Amino acid sequence: MSNFENILEVKGLITEFQTDSGWVRAVDGVSFDVPKGKTVGIVGESGCGKSVTSMSTVDLLPKPMGQVKGGEIIFKGRDLRKIDHDEFYDIRGGEIGVIFQEPMTALNPVHKVGRQLTEVLLLHKNISKSEAWKEAIDILDKVGIPSPESRVNEYPHQLSGGMKQRVVIAIALACKPDLVIADEPTTALDVTVQSQILELINSIQKEMGMSVIMITHDLGVIAETCDEVVVMYAGRVVERGSVMKIFKEPQHEYTRALLASIPSLDSPRKSELTTIPGTVASITNFVDGCRFCQRMERTGETLKVKPELVEISPNHWVADCPFCNNHGK
Amino acid sequence: MSNLLEVNNLKMHFPIRGGVTMKNVGFVKAVDGVSFTVKPGETLGLVGESGCGKSTLGKCLVRLYEPTAGQIVFEDDDITKLSQSELRPLRKDIQMMFQDPAESLNPRFSVRQIIREPLDIQQVGKKSERDAMVLELLEKVGLPASAISKFPNEFSGGQRQRIGVARAIALNPNLLVLDEPVSALDVSVQSQVLNLLVELQKELNMAYIFIAHDLAVVKHISDRVAVMYLGKIVEIADADDIYHHPRHTYTKTLLSAIPVADPTIKKERIKVEGEIPSPINPPSGSAFGHRLNHPKYEETIGLDMPLVEIKPGHWVAADPCCLSKEDYIKAKALV
Repeated sequence: MSNFENILEVKGLITEFQTDSGWVRAVDGVSFDVPKGKTVGIVGESGCGKSVTSMSTVDLLPKPMGQVKGGEIIFKGRDLRKIDHDEFYDIRGGEIGVIFQEPMTALNPVHKVGRQLTEVLLLHKNISKSEAWKEAIDILDKVGIPSPESRVNEYPHQLSGGMKQRVVIAIALACKPDLVIADEPTTALDVTVQSQILELINSIQKEMGMSVIMITHDLGVIAETCDEVVVMYAGRVVERGSVMKIFKEPQHEYTRALLASIPSLDSPRKSELTTIPGTVASITNFVDGCRFCQRMERTGETLKVKPELVEISPNHWVADCPFCNNHGK
Repeated sequence: MSNLLEVNNLKMHFPIRGGVTMKNVGFVKAVDGVSFTVKPGETLGLVGESGCGKSTLGKCLVRLYEPTAGQIVFEDDDITKLSQSELRPLRKDIQMMFQDPAESLNPRFSVRQIIREPLDIQQVGKKSERDAMVLELLEKVGLPASAISKFPNEFSGGQRQRIGVARAIALNPNLLVLDEPVSALDVSVQSQVLNLLVELQKELNMAYIFIAHDLAVVKHISDRVAVMYLGKIVEIADADDIYHHPRHTYTKTLLSAIPVADPTIKKERIKVEGEIPSPINPPSGSAFGHRLNHPKYEETIGLDMPLVEIKPGHWVAADPCCLSKEDYIKAKALV
């Protein structure tokens, strides 16, 4: 690696799932870049396709029901969709690490922590078992696990939730990846532990210079950890740009409503919160046109085609629906 | 009657059985000496990390658990020792609403059956009138009348939680215990349900005990907030007071750990190692002082650290590890 400005470029990603009612499109033409050394957040409500997007990039969709049907996933100049299965094994876990949401289910309950950590090292590095074991202890130490020499011999159930998440992070970082995908890394954790874990990811990122994709539904986590944000709604990107732009000058009505609906510590007690009427349409009922117009039940003249992302100012893109933002053409 | 609910030194210890004879080998002290009051029409928020005993406390209040010790006084009656049949008429006045709308609604019941059930059990009005009551309740929680013959699986998470609200308010309770009512919901839907709860409280003059781990949500809806750590309340005060002038280090730590949805604010974090200890063998001294590795921890072993009213309406545990010097001197004088 070296001279790529963006470690990952996702272009027009389409992912579909086979269901009883045919193929449904969970991700519909999502594009974004992950610059080197930066953290990009993907935020949206449940079912918006943020996890499917990230799992598509590392080929971890449930098969054969889930399939990437279109688009390009350019990682360090290579299209990951075009490389073969064996090569993908080297990249996933090696050059791309994944931190999963539930540390309880991400770890194998019947294997020792050390074995789960060395597994990834032995797979990707040409080292002996004892070297791997030594390295595993080093990594556990780095992610802030006290007395790692004895912890490597423990089973996941002997660790607390925060400790387990540290082990999951250790596994993701074991091979010093260039890109880490963190899928709701702190959702299952308490706030005090969450802040420990976010700080850990942040400090390791600075030290190793890796890029991070942070997937979360928590706008607070995004504001604190990310450089850039991708806001998704119903399988599509509605707005993306720098954290400052998105939080301070949100253009899409959905982004604005999402930010306004979080109760803040400064808002007056029991005041009325901004809401978004209705709920997200079911995936089988998605319209071709603007899906946020569908949610708002806007009738009359609406967009019949998929709104394109337009760049309204440098590195600030918004879905071009004349009803959902003021910047439409 | 100034207080709707009064809880005195409530304890809930779950026995741990082990060995072949299933002998009692210890206790999980989930709730360990909790006292507070709730006034009619007010909201008391209950916050803390997982395992602090907040949900157990909620379940004790509606007697889903039999408390080990202590006293629950509701409308001047001691309900701690009432039998289930004696409790039944009281159920009208205290209702509970649960976290997961998918699990707390019977999937084989239609919405009519779900909301009618409490009305039928308590024999409210005439049988023929109850369907009309259900429709009225549906309207109150913002669901269409057509919902009445549908089943829970036909609704989204937010709508299911509205059904849960309708069932909880069906009997016009004076007190509603809400256990994490919005934590399973997305933010945009969460704000809908919060608005609904605020509106209903104004309309029906219910008191709420609002249990949640999301401090911003609790702050939004509560008049007073109690912070729990390891089975005990460490601080209880007016919501604005506790958020702007917290006294206890644990409250300060919790508040400083919330990520703020504003990239221009860089917060000062109070760093704390580790996690909440197990309530099976809690530290013998100051529980949070232990987690902080506080130099004064040794002093607190065996020390009685009751809640004291450090300022009118603001109660805090007299813990030398977790209070500022001035506050502790003040608190100690009050013990």
